[in-house]
Amino acid sequence: MIGSLFVTFLKIGLFTFGGGYAMIAQIKEYVVEKKKWLTDEELLEIIAIAESTPGPIAINLASFVGYKKKGILGSIVATLGVIIPSLIIIYCISIFLSSLMENKIVQYAFIGIKCSVCFLILKAGLTMLIKLVKQVELNDKILKLFSLFIFIFSFITLIILEIFSINFSSIFLILIGGFLSISFYSLINHFKRGIK
Amino acid sequence: MIYLKLFLNFFKIGLFSFGGAFGMLPLIEETVVTNNWLSASDFYSFVGVCESTPGPIAVNIATYVGSIQGGILGSIIATLGVVLPSFIIILLIASILKNIIKNKYVQYFLNGVNPVVIALILSTGIFLLFNNIGISISDLSLNIAPIIIFLCLVFIYCLFYVVKKKKISSITMIILSAILGIVICSILKI
Repeated sequence: MIGSLFVTFLKIGLFTFGGGYAMIAQIKEYVVEKKKWLTDEELLEIIAIAESTPGPIAINLASFVGYKKKGILGSIVATLGVIIPSLIIIYCISIFLSSLMENKIVQYAFIGIKCSVCFLILKAGLTMLIKLVKQVELNDKILKLFSLFIFIFSFITLIILEIFSINFSSIFLILIGGFLSISFYSLINHFKRGIK
Repeated sequence: MIYLKLFLNFFKIGLFSFGGAFGMLPLIEETVVTNNWLSASDFYSFVGVCESTPGPIAVNIATYVGSIQGGILGSIIATLGVVLPSFIIILLIASILKNIIKNKYVQYFLNGVNPVVIALILSTGIFLLFNNIGISISDLSLNIAPIIIFLCLVFIYCLFYVVKKKKISSITMIILSAILGIVICSILKI
């Protein structure tokens, strides 16, 4: 079982291109359909948890599935399985990448690659923004407006910080957003109870 | 003590990054650039490499930065650093804190974090775009090649989406952009 966990997550780590969300499809295929280690509902629950906790989603998923199946040892083995392919591949790339970058054609290729990275980042951001605006669970208009307010507030802050080249860790911005939200929601709840 | 520094910095990244791979990029860039481990331009070139190699992007970047700063040991330590926070948090949730995600204050917190992460991703994308095409506060000379490549990519993506009703995968976009880069830069001879 331990060996099988390791090999399965090694395969997932080796064949997942494009980050955590691509991995969900792989996990569904290997872990749910082939190995039957999880049901579809359990997978959905784990995805929800992985999305709400910090860190790479792939790592969250591997740790969780490993723990469910074989406790702490299982989670260590699954996590190692998922990171070992990256570790080996990227280590090899890191050895020759800088000498490769001196080649003119490679430099041209990277001018293009940086454009598509930029495109992919903007696309991811816009998709998330559209999802935020459409958010169905927040039927409450005030709460929806509050999310948009936090977005606009942080966006403007980030632009001002960039223009004046002020060093301000984005960790603080994330924490400010989180705690503003806790205070706002608590206030709204308090207010609603007052009306009743 | 480069190993300790690598470990602590990547641990911090693992602990505070929400919103998947692209949500992590702004924080990783900030850390890597302020420590002088990579320039912002090299960083985004490498993100392109990560998009076309398997595995989680955060792990790939940790391995790469660790390797160029501290060899093979550095790459292992940086990778463990970025992985450990998720690992510990997930273990806690799976074992003793089963309902913490459903706790209302945790939900409130996450509801506030989400819009900040979106703002971070979008602003990173916009600054990177400006940077690529050469607009900065000190210097206003435009690079024509990246503008053409970027517009081509947007056009091809939209065309494919409208005609074939399919989204082009990230890895195909990266390969396409590399070819476009070689062709367009060779023609313009920069």
